[in-house]
Amino acid sequence: MRALDVTRLSLQALQRYPMRTSMLLLAISIGVAAVVTLTAVGEGARRYVTGQFASLGTHMIIVLPGRAETGGSGIQGLLVGETARELTLEDTLAVGRSPRIKQVTPIVVGAGTVSAGSRERDISVIGTSAHMLAIQHWTMGSGQFLPPAELDLAQPICVLGNTVARELFAPAPAVGQPLRIGAARCRVIGVLAQQGLSGGFNVDETVIVPIASAQQLFNTSGVFRILAEASEADAVQAAKRDIVATIKARHAGEEDVTVITQDALVATFDTIFEMITAGLAAIAAISLVVAGVLIMNVMLVAVSQRTAEIGLLKAIGARQRQIIGLFLTEAACLSLLGALVGLAIGGLGTWALKLAFPVLDFAAPPWAAAAAVGVAVASGLLFGILPARRAAALDPVNALSQR
Amino acid sequence: MMELRDICREYKVGTELVRALDHVDLTIKAGEYVSIMGPSGSGKSTLLNMLGLLDRPTAGTYRLEGEDVSSLDDDALARHRQQQIGFIFQFFHLVPRLTALENVELPLVLAGAAPKARRERAVSILESMGLKTRLDHRPDQLSGGERQRVAIGRAIVMRPRFLLADEPTGNLDSRSGSEIMQIIEQLNRDGIALLIVTHDPMIGGRARRHLTLRDGKIVSDRSGEGA
Ligand SMILES: Nc1ncnc2c1ncn2[C@@H]1O[C@H](COP(=O)(O)OP(=O)(O)OP(=O)(O)O)[C@@H](O)[C@H]1O
Ligand SMILES: [Mg+2]
Repeated sequence: MRALDVTRLSLQALQRYPMRTSMLLLAISIGVAAVVTLTAVGEGARRYVTGQFASLGTHMIIVLPGRAETGGSGIQGLLVGETARELTLEDTLAVGRSPRIKQVTPIVVGAGTVSAGSRERDISVIGTSAHMLAIQHWTMGSGQFLPPAELDLAQPICVLGNTVARELFAPAPAVGQPLRIGAARCRVIGVLAQQGLSGGFNVDETVIVPIASAQQLFNTSGVFRILAEASEADAVQAAKRDIVATIKARHAGEEDVTVITQDALVATFDTIFEMITAGLAAIAAISLVVAGVLIMNVMLVAVSQRTAEIGLLKAIGARQRQIIGLFLTEAACLSLLGALVGLAIGGLGTWALKLAFPVLDFAAPPWAAAAAVGVAVASGLLFGILPARRAAALDPVNALSQR
Repeated sequence: MMELRDICREYKVGTELVRALDHVDLTIKAGEYVSIMGPSGSGKSTLLNMLGLLDRPTAGTYRLEGEDVSSLDDDALARHRQQQIGFIFQFFHLVPRLTALENVELPLVLAGAAPKARRERAVSILESMGLKTRLDHRPDQLSGGERQRVAIGRAIVMRPRFLLADEPTGNLDSRSGSEIMQIIEQLNRDGIALLIVTHDPMIGGRARRHLTLRDGKIVSDRSGEGA
């Protein structure tokens, strides 16, 4: 029998029972549409989150003192960091000399009490340099950021996070006002615009001072972290190698730093969201298996309704395999049609989501659409086998005796 | 040629054994015109199904054109049916969603014939039976007589040597019935062997050979017009 004839006969059979066919099409298309829409949501979330990270600067490289065994986890680096040789301002300058590094800044972080007049707050104090603004992509609310200066020059100036400035000075402007950090006095030269969370740190609740001032404040000669920005995205890995080599040379041949790249963090989030998306797809795919069971039931009914017809086909010479082929093709056509309708519905759903939440870039990944269609057809075929075999095994005399 | 030797067909109903065919010996030669009559339940349909390879004997041997077909598998039987035997049923058994033309084409479709050739053959058969204007009608748009003519077309489209008809006029009024009889008798004159099961003595009487069954046995086998 010709493939075209098999398909035509199957489609004619489907047409004959429009109600039943459309119910099954609906069941399958809902499953496929669910896969498409849910994975579009997962993918949209992934793009949003990784996009947020990327906006922080995928060129960013973080250097921590101490060697993490796996080289990937900053937490381990922090845990073993105490015993390692500390990073210094000189290390920072040395790292910054690599042509693959555009700019670099040291960071010291500590807790301090800031007070202005009668108001007082316990907050984080960050010691850093002028480059911090550009590396972190912060924007100024008023005044100016730390001016470029030698790293070891302690100056009595500070920049306030937005919330701190408000809490200490509102309604008066903060810029130009004197401030005490612990026992030290300084002058507010600028206030950051509202930043929100940046790399898990609430910048709005910090006060930023020159690195040397912070070192005096916390009585340390070391550096908590070095932040560097690679000259371009492609240079990040090379820059990372430069940093390790530089520090190794300066630390008597010991590779006692951990270098984290921003893109490694992004990649981690990427993986997490891809897994979530795959999980959503799998959950939605279960509905396709349910649709498959539905196909099986309906096909079983179809076989018993068409018993006489199957008997006739056998009487005029149809082989068992031809009858199996006819019923399986019917199931396959049904699930394929349903899948196509589902793709269309899923596309519409994704489009509607985009309209509703323009911030998120919803788009079902191609693998999800392909897998949904594949699972739909596979489940149609799989669950079509039992009814098809039952049809093929019918005894022609008995089958023909039914009307 | 169809040769049944010592054929039995038994059904087990509960603990009881029903013998629908009881040691039947029968030979049907090419081109014969045979009627099979007998009371209800005497085994007429069982015999016809046996001859048509729709059923297998529980004992005995069946040779079709010299080949022992008593113990062939399903697909081998299907092949023989496809090539040598045409069936006509009391209830037509047309596929309801297919047109008259498509119903007649169906055996050729199953055999994988080329679309153009099979269409031509089906059209010419339907035209020869006066259904030229009914090619694209579905069964529910045809009268009973027309349906049976379509079914005859389907039965002969593969040019079988044997045409087996189980009460082909049983569902038709007498006028349509005699039209159908004229068509299949013409086919018989053109060379096809015709076996017809019927309750109607008028119809059975037209055959050249008359079999009578009772309780699964052939109780009479007479030849001659109007016997
Ligand atoms: N599937 C079956 N299971 C059990 N017994 C059966 C089966 N088919 C037929 N029989 C029995 O076999 C016998 C012959 O049946 P068959 O259908 O051949 O009779 P028939 O001569 O065609 O009768 P009718 O004129 O009513 O069509 C009957 O006694 C019937 O009950
Ligand atoms: Mg009968």
